[in-house]
Amino acid sequence: MGRSPSDLLIFIGKRLALLVPTLIGVLAITFVLSIVAAPDPCQLWFPKIKPAQVPGCVSRFGLDQPIPIRFIDYLAQLAAGNWGTTPAGVPVLPQIAQYAPETIELVLTALILMVVVGIPLGVIAANHSGRLADHLVRIFYLSGWAMPTYVGALLLALLLGPAIGLPYQGDFSNPNPPIPQPTHFSVIDGLLSGQPYYFGDALAHLALPAFALAFLNLGIATRMTRSSMLETLPMDYVKTARMKGLSEFWVLYKHALRNSLITTTTVLGVTGGQLLASTVVIEEIFNWPGIGEYAFSALRQNYFAPIYGTVIVFAVGVVLANLVADVMYGVLDPRVEWR
Amino acid sequence: MAGDARAAGDEGETVPPRAPRRPRSHAWSAVRETLSILRANPLTFLGFLLVTGLTVLALLVELVPAVTGLYGPPVHLYPYDPVAGFTTNLLQPPSSAHWLGTDQVGLDLFSRALAALPIDLSIGFAISGFGLLVGGALGLVAGYWDRPWTLGGALSTTILRFTDIFLSIPTLLLALAIVTVLGRGYVQTILALMITWWPYYVRLVRGEVLSIKAQPYIAAARAAGVTDGGIVRRHVLRNLIEPVVVYYTMDVGTVIVVFSTISFIGATFPPTLPEWGTMVETYADFFPGAPWPVLSMSLAIIVTVLAFSLLGDGLRDILDPRSRRVLAQAGSATETA
Repeated sequence: MGRSPSDLLIFIGKRLALLVPTLIGVLAITFVLSIVAAPDPCQLWFPKIKPAQVPGCVSRFGLDQPIPIRFIDYLAQLAAGNWGTTPAGVPVLPQIAQYAPETIELVLTALILMVVVGIPLGVIAANHSGRLADHLVRIFYLSGWAMPTYVGALLLALLLGPAIGLPYQGDFSNPNPPIPQPTHFSVIDGLLSGQPYYFGDALAHLALPAFALAFLNLGIATRMTRSSMLETLPMDYVKTARMKGLSEFWVLYKHALRNSLITTTTVLGVTGGQLLASTVVIEEIFNWPGIGEYAFSALRQNYFAPIYGTVIVFAVGVVLANLVADVMYGVLDPRVEWR
Repeated sequence: MAGDARAAGDEGETVPPRAPRRPRSHAWSAVRETLSILRANPLTFLGFLLVTGLTVLALLVELVPAVTGLYGPPVHLYPYDPVAGFTTNLLQPPSSAHWLGTDQVGLDLFSRALAALPIDLSIGFAISGFGLLVGGALGLVAGYWDRPWTLGGALSTTILRFTDIFLSIPTLLLALAIVTVLGRGYVQTILALMITWWPYYVRLVRGEVLSIKAQPYIAAARAAGVTDGGIVRRHVLRNLIEPVVVYYTMDVGTVIVVFSTISFIGATFPPTLPEWGTMVETYADFFPGAPWPVLSMSLAIIVTVLAFSLLGDGLRDILDPRSRRVLAQAGSATETA
């Protein structure tokens, strides 16, 4: 209980330890759901299977075991580092390692856009509260907020994309021969390929989906910044800063914003899950080869191990986003104690 | 800041000091204050008008045929049958006969958009209301009775663990998975959203309860011998109303969006059902070529959700006394004192 670095480490350690029961709970829910959804998956996995072969398939995948045994078995495998395979025998972990970076790239780019655009918009709106600039900013972010992700993505992909000549499908325009993708962060891979063309190509492909994701979720950052700036601006220390003759920019962005960012950061972290959820739709429409696409195809085909794998990735992502937000909260607000 | 200069200039000099006047009653002055803030914030007022208008319209769409049906053939508000009124005009742009155009089987898009209004709106109200009741109750318990090593503390920890588990699966994915389990349908989607929607309210209400509990007046009430039940009823619940109303208002819009997203990617409902998300999904096949169907249904969703967001966003300012002061300054500088 305090603010020393060791307190911070204990805080982070505690939260990471909580991750384990959360993951087990998430997996238990998913496990039961997936089995109820497809009680006899052999027919679904192998449409051409003959009735005589079904018992073999059932015993090969251990489907005849009671559900708790199967669950514990899966957890034990997982603890040993084995994430399972698809029915055809493709291991899940390498696939996740391939898809997840693409999603992380998309989400991080959108997050940066949200911060760089959304927070200054909130400052402007609060500083002009009740006047034209405030109304304009409000209409801008609320229209992103009110627009369902799929509608916004459809409009951007099919109307804006062709109109301004940006590509809106996939992460590269089919390089031939395919460039090596060691990191699966498309922009970094483009950079590593050593050819400026692929770097530009990766950036161009990233632009529309990231912009869509950012625009549709911008409201959270702007709204929180605006409302907490509204609370900060009338405070005495802001008036003092003004009276000292500091420039308006310095007063707003250094003095007032620092206090307001406390709320904004927390909310940004908590909505990390929401951002991940929107990515699912964005990836579907922009054909972005990320974890959402992977989750979708797994859901559609009732492939158990890939479904559990993606659920783990999503849950870890949400918990980590919350943790980062809490740590940032403490860093920004010196009154907070780690506990 | 211009507002500061204006407020400073007006103080005492240009405005003659008014005799302090007793407000006629608390409720009346609250209404008056709300009205004056609404007047000063045209966007909030617009949201208020739209939400009221859309709700009344949705009620009329349902009630008028029901009432007139008692006395003869039911009269519908929509000009064409939204489900079976096939015409030979396929994929028409807007015209005087078809205000929003027609779809690929000749159904009138305006009628379909109007017929979907009660469906989507009631889903929005009902699912977020259910989430509010369930999540709010759990959040209240988890926030108020959270002392460690007591029965309440154990309950509180359990609730929070479960909430975290549900919160760490994106709602959309969880709802989709549940829809897959229950079967792809309209009722199933509503059930799936009911199952997944409450955790946000647990977090919201618990956080608010924790901060209310830390207030000196709670300690004072406890010292005066007020029971837990009395404190919750008289102090906690009353202070919860404001943040919960704000969140609920915006949440109705969010539910409408998520519901229509599930019907969009889950392709769950029969394509004849007039529901906005389903229609966008069906009409997306004709999209860049014949944009009217997609655009009109998207517009219906956007206007509805925007109305709730504008209202909720503005309500926060109105209900929060601190920003109320700032707003009053911005709205009418003469009334600052």
